Amino acid sequence: MPLVLRLAWRNLWRQPRRTWLTVGAMVFSNVLLVFMISLQVGMYGLMIDNTLQAFTGHMQVQAPGYIDEPKMRLTVPDIVPLADSLRQHLGTDAVAARGSTFALASSEERSFGIAIYGVEPEFEPVVSTIPGLLEAGRYLNDKMAAEIVIGEVLARNLKVEIGDEITLMGSGRDGSFAAAVADVVGIFRSGVRDIDRAITEVPIGFFQDVFFMEGSGHQVVISAPVIDAVPAMMESVAAALPEGDLVLHDWDALQPGLKQAIQADMSSAFFMYGLLVILVAFSVLNTQLMSVLERTHEFGITMSLGLRPGRLGRLVLLETLIMGVVGMLIGMLLGFLLVSWLSVNGFAYPGMDEMAAQFNLPARFYPQPSLLSLTAGPLVVLIFSVLSALYPALRLHWMHPVEAMRAV
Amino acid sequence: MRDLHVLGLLARRNLWRNHRRTIIMLAAISIGTWAMIFMIALMRGMVEDMLNEGIAALPGHVQVHHPAYQDDPSISNLVPIPDSEIATRFDAVGIEKWASRVKVPAVVTSEYESRGVSMLGVDPDRERGLTFIDEDRLEGRFLDGVDDNGIVIGRKLANTLETELGKRIVLMTQDPDNEIADRGFRIVGLFDARMEAFEEGFVFVGKQTAQKLLGTPDRVTEIFAVGDDYRNVEAVFEQVSEAVDGNVDVQRWNEIDTYLGTMLSVMDGFVLVWIIVIFLALSFGLVNTLVMAVFERVREIGLMLALGMKPRSILGQIVIESLMLLTIGLVIGNVLAWATVQPLEGGIDISVVAEGMEFFGATSTLYPKLLASDVVLTNVVVLVLGFFASLSPAWRASRYEPVEAITKVD
Repeated sequence: MPLVLRLAWRNLWRQPRRTWLTVGAMVFSNVLLVFMISLQVGMYGLMIDNTLQAFTGHMQVQAPGYIDEPKMRLTVPDIVPLADSLRQHLGTDAVAARGSTFALASSEERSFGIAIYGVEPEFEPVVSTIPGLLEAGRYLNDKMAAEIVIGEVLARNLKVEIGDEITLMGSGRDGSFAAAVADVVGIFRSGVRDIDRAITEVPIGFFQDVFFMEGSGHQVVISAPVIDAVPAMMESVAAALPEGDLVLHDWDALQPGLKQAIQADMSSAFFMYGLLVILVAFSVLNTQLMSVLERTHEFGITMSLGLRPGRLGRLVLLETLIMGVVGMLIGMLLGFLLVSWLSVNGFAYPGMDEMAAQFNLPARFYPQPSLLSLTAGPLVVLIFSVLSALYPALRLHWMHPVEAMRAV
Repeated sequence: MRDLHVLGLLARRNLWRNHRRTIIMLAAISIGTWAMIFMIALMRGMVEDMLNEGIAALPGHVQVHHPAYQDDPSISNLVPIPDSEIATRFDAVGIEKWASRVKVPAVVTSEYESRGVSMLGVDPDRERGLTFIDEDRLEGRFLDGVDDNGIVIGRKLANTLETELGKRIVLMTQDPDNEIADRGFRIVGLFDARMEAFEEGFVFVGKQTAQKLLGTPDRVTEIFAVGDDYRNVEAVFEQVSEAVDGNVDVQRWNEIDTYLGTMLSVMDGFVLVWIIVIFLALSFGLVNTLVMAVFERVREIGLMLALGMKPRSILGQIVIESLMLLTIGLVIGNVLAWATVQPLEGGIDISVVAEGMEFFGATSTLYPKLLASDVVLTNVVVLVLGFFASLSPAWRASRYEPVEAITKVD
C-alpha cells in the first residue's frame, strides 16, 4: 500500500465512531436512492407499457388533424389494405386498423353514449390487451359479423348479457343517420372504469358498412416489441406509407399526459434526491473540518518538516474518497439486497392499489435492480462528498506552520 | 429549576466554543427543515388542487342518490323525495349550501359529430359557487333559471362537435319508460374548465327543462350539500342523513370517489414518511456533532464529575445542547420555508406538464399550501426524534469514570 494511502486509512480510524457515522449517513442515502430509483425506473416502464399496450399502441397512422380533433370525416382511406401492406413491410402482426366513432347504445332497458371501435378481429389482440381481458363470451372472429364486445361496467349499466342485442345509433361519415343492431358476444374487464364503461369493439367490416366508411378507417395502430425499438420502427413505417395525406404519431404525441406525468413525478423526486445528497455533503464537510482542525498541531509539524500544503490537502481529499467509496460499496450492496428481496416479495404501500389503478399499475410492485439504479445515486453521493471536503482541504493553504504547531 | 438554568448556560457556551461545527450543523438542520416544510407545502398544494377539482366535479361533500343509482345511473333511479320538498327538509335541519340536480347520461349530436356526455339539469341560482363553473369566465351566458331553454357546454366539446355559440345541438337520452327522449337546444354559453375532461364530459341545461324532457316533473337524481371543510364532513353528513331519512344512499365525497379519498390519506402518510426520512439523513450529522463535542470535553466532564456534578446533569447538559441546536435550526428552517412559500402562494405555473398533471387529476398551476398542522408536526417530530438521537452520546458522557476521564490525553 502506498504511503499516502496507508496514512489516509490510519487517519480515518483514529476516530472510528465519527468515521462510521459519516459512512452511515452515506449508506443510508445510498440505500434510499437505490431503492427509490429502482422503484421509479420500474414504475415508469410499467406505466408506459401498460398504458400503451392497453389500447393506444406505440404509434398510429392517422389523417392529419385527427389527433387534435378526432372527427368522423378525417379518415385514412383503404385502411385494411394499408394495414396489410404495413404488416408485410414490417414483418410483424402487431399492426391493426381501426375505425372509431361515438354513438348511442341502447339495450331493451337502457341507453348510453359510447365509443365504438371497428377493429380487425385477427390482429387487434396483437396490439391491445383488451381482447385478452374477456370475462365472459368470446372475442370477435368475423370481419363482417354484427357482433360487439363491451366492457363490464357498460354491460351492467345497459343490463345486457352475452347473446343480448344492442342497438347502435349515430351518424355516418357523411353526416347521415346510421343505425345497426349487434349481438353482444364478449364482455371484458380491464379494471379501469373509463375503459370498461366507454369502449366497445365491433368488426371493422361491419363498422365500415354501418357508418358509410367506404373502406376507410381512422387509425392504424402499431405496437413495437420494446419501447426502445420505436424510433427505428417509426422510420421504417414512414418509408412504407403511401404518398398522400397521412401522418404517423408516436406514443408521446398520442398520450402526451403520460410523459408529462412522468416528468412531473421525476422533478419532485429529483428535489428529494438532491436534498439527501446535500445533507450527506454537510455531514462530510462537518466531519472533515473537525478532523482537520483537530490535527492543526500535527499538520503544523509536518509542514515545517517540508510537506507542501497541497499534499496535505490531497491527503484530506483521499481520506474523504476512501470514506465515500466505502459508503458507496456498502450502500450499493445493501441497496442491491433490498431491491432483490423486493423483486421477489414485492412492495406495497397502504392506499397504493387505488392510486396504482389510476395509472394502469399493479397493486403490488416488484422493482428490479439495474445497473443504472444501483450506480446513479451512490456515484452522485460520492462526487458531492469529495467536493464538500474541498473547503477543509483548501484551508490548509492558509495555515501557518509555526502558529499551527502552537495550537493544542 | 436553578440547576436547569446553569445547565442551559453551560450548554449554550459549549455550543459556541466550536462555532464552525455548530454553524455547519445549523445549516444542515435549517436546510433539512426548510426542505421538509417546502416540499410538504408543494405536495399539499397539488393534492388540495386535485381534491378541490375532484370535489367540484362530483360535486359537493355529501351526496344523496337512489340506492341503485351509482351502479345504474339512469333516470329510473330517482331520489324518492319530490324536489319541492327537499328545500323544506334541508332548510329545517339548517343546511345552507346544497342543490339538487337531474344527472343522466346522454348523447349530444351536432350536424357533424356525436359524443357521450353527462347531462346536468341544474338550478343555476342554487349551484352558484358550489361547482367548477366560473360564470365570469363564460363565453355567452350561464343558464337564466330552471326553465331556461338553452344549453351550456364546454369549449372543448364545442370544438369536437364543430359547433359554436348560438347554434343548435340535439341531446338524446332516455325517459323512465326506456323510450328515447330527445330535443334540440340552442347553445347559450361555452364554459372553460381547468380540466379538459370536464369541458368534454358535462353539459348544463335548466332543471325544469330536463325534467320536462324526461317526463319526470319535480323529481331529481341527485342532491349534494357542501360544508365548510372537506376534511371534516361529518356534521354535514349527519344533517343530510337527518333531512332525507331512509331509503336513499347518503355518501361522503371520499366514498363516492375512492381515488380522491385515498389520495388524501396517502398524502397524510407521505408527510410523516418524508419528515422522518429527512430527519434520519440529518441525524447522522447530529449524533456525530454531539459525539465530537463530548469527546473533546472528556477531561472537562471528568473534572465536573469529580467535583460532584451528578451524571444526570451531564446527561441533561448534552441533551439541552442538542435541543438548542435543533431549536435554532428549526427556527431558521421555518422562517426560510415561510419566506420561500409566501411569494409562491400566487401559484407556480407548471403548464409545461399540464397534460401530465391532468393525468394525476391536478391542474397546471401549483399553489403551495402551508398548513399550520404540517409545520407543527415537522417541528415536533424533529425535536422528539432529536431528543432520542442525542440520548446515546449523552448517556456515554454521563457514564465516564472521573479519574480515567481526567487523566485522558488526546
